[in-house]
Amino acid sequence: MHDHIETSETEEMTARVRALETILVEKCLVDPASLDAIIETYSEHVGPQNGAAVVARAWSDPAFADWLARDATAAIHSLGFTGRQGEHMQALFNTPDSHNLVVCTLCSCYPWATLGLPPVWYKSPPYRARAVRDPRGVLAEFGVDLPAETRIHVWDSTAELRYLVIPMRPAGTEGWSEGKLATCVSRNAMIGTGLAARP
Amino acid sequence: MRQPKRDDRHRAGGAALNGPQDLGGQMGFGPVAPEVDEPLFHADWERRVLAITLACAALGHWTIDESRHARESLPPADYLYFSYYRIWFEALTHLLARHGEVSTQELASGHALAPPVRAQRCLSAAEVPGVLSRGGPSARDPLGPALFARGQRVRARNLHAEGHTRLPRYARGRIGHIEAVHGAHVFPDANAHGGGEAPQWLYTVIFDGQALWGPDTDPTLSVRIDAWESYLEPA
Repeated sequence: MHDHIETSETEEMTARVRALETILVEKCLVDPASLDAIIETYSEHVGPQNGAAVVARAWSDPAFADWLARDATAAIHSLGFTGRQGEHMQALFNTPDSHNLVVCTLCSCYPWATLGLPPVWYKSPPYRARAVRDPRGVLAEFGVDLPAETRIHVWDSTAELRYLVIPMRPAGTEGWSEGKLATCVSRNAMIGTGLAARP
Repeated sequence: MRQPKRDDRHRAGGAALNGPQDLGGQMGFGPVAPEVDEPLFHADWERRVLAITLACAALGHWTIDESRHARESLPPADYLYFSYYRIWFEALTHLLARHGEVSTQELASGHALAPPVRAQRCLSAAEVPGVLSRGGPSARDPLGPALFARGQRVRARNLHAEGHTRLPRYARGRIGHIEAVHGAHVFPDANAHGGGEAPQWLYTVIFDGQALWGPDTDPTLSVRIDAWESYLEPA
């Protein structure tokens, strides 16, 4: 039954979106080549690998980490990660006694320039409803269990500031290159619903 | 998709501020269900909706605030039921109709029946990288001095006016304190409704979890929002 509903929505939406695109192209309001370029940008170039590079740099370079803490917008833009939904950035550093979690209860605000497009769960009612009231319950559903005394800081993205969580560097990664460190940094770790992976 | 039993709740162009999008603290939606190895898009039409939405934004008919308001103005039952790209699509068709670019007759026929308004603003493929990498900063020069300072106790006003706002219900009437002063930013409540940018000082306000959710709340919780100056009063 559920599959049947999804199939019919796919068919209906495929037809409606195709109709809209046809009309817009006939009117010269959109150029199909631009649509392809936009899709390629967010499929190939702008994604969580950008944020992971920021985190790896912060772990490797104390001066960069300090800059990131003081002026995340300038520090992140210096790595080339600029643009839409990354215009105003703030970095949130996890520590042994505090953990940061980012949500947008009102829509789907998300740091596109560093993380790309948000996953479905980030935009959906269960996460948006509960992250601000029961973040430990939400974290448990992601398999994250923090000590009872850890301070939980939830950031509701209600304006145009976009938040990037800087997870704690895992033990056992001393001397690693930035490229290798970046492989420890998942998208969820930079939202706060995950931790950096241990090697 | 008009449904007679829900249609009376739909008011094109002017839904209430206390809308379905304001989800913080609501209950009953069940567990978060992260999908393992989630694809970037779940169907090809989602890709097209993303791209068409961004391309149409470049026409300059509406602001990001007006587009957010169009999404939250969907009938509440639809908003909660639809997938997010469907919400984008439905809102986009409302915006294109409101600004005279695509009519319901055209959507029904699947073809253009009238000339465009702003074809001269059509985003070319060559312009895409520049437009996406520039984005649209919301910081503006302040119109006057900031009313509040870091560390000051403030109460989120108990506002229930109709129209777009970015002050979540769970914070209204609650006391917190100013953690950061961010300079002036475009004020969405005005900008969503053709009222201009009307920049205001923007603050990060931190609330104790128990101040928001009561004494049984996890004492380690704090919640921050970013609040424009007119959302706040001294406490």
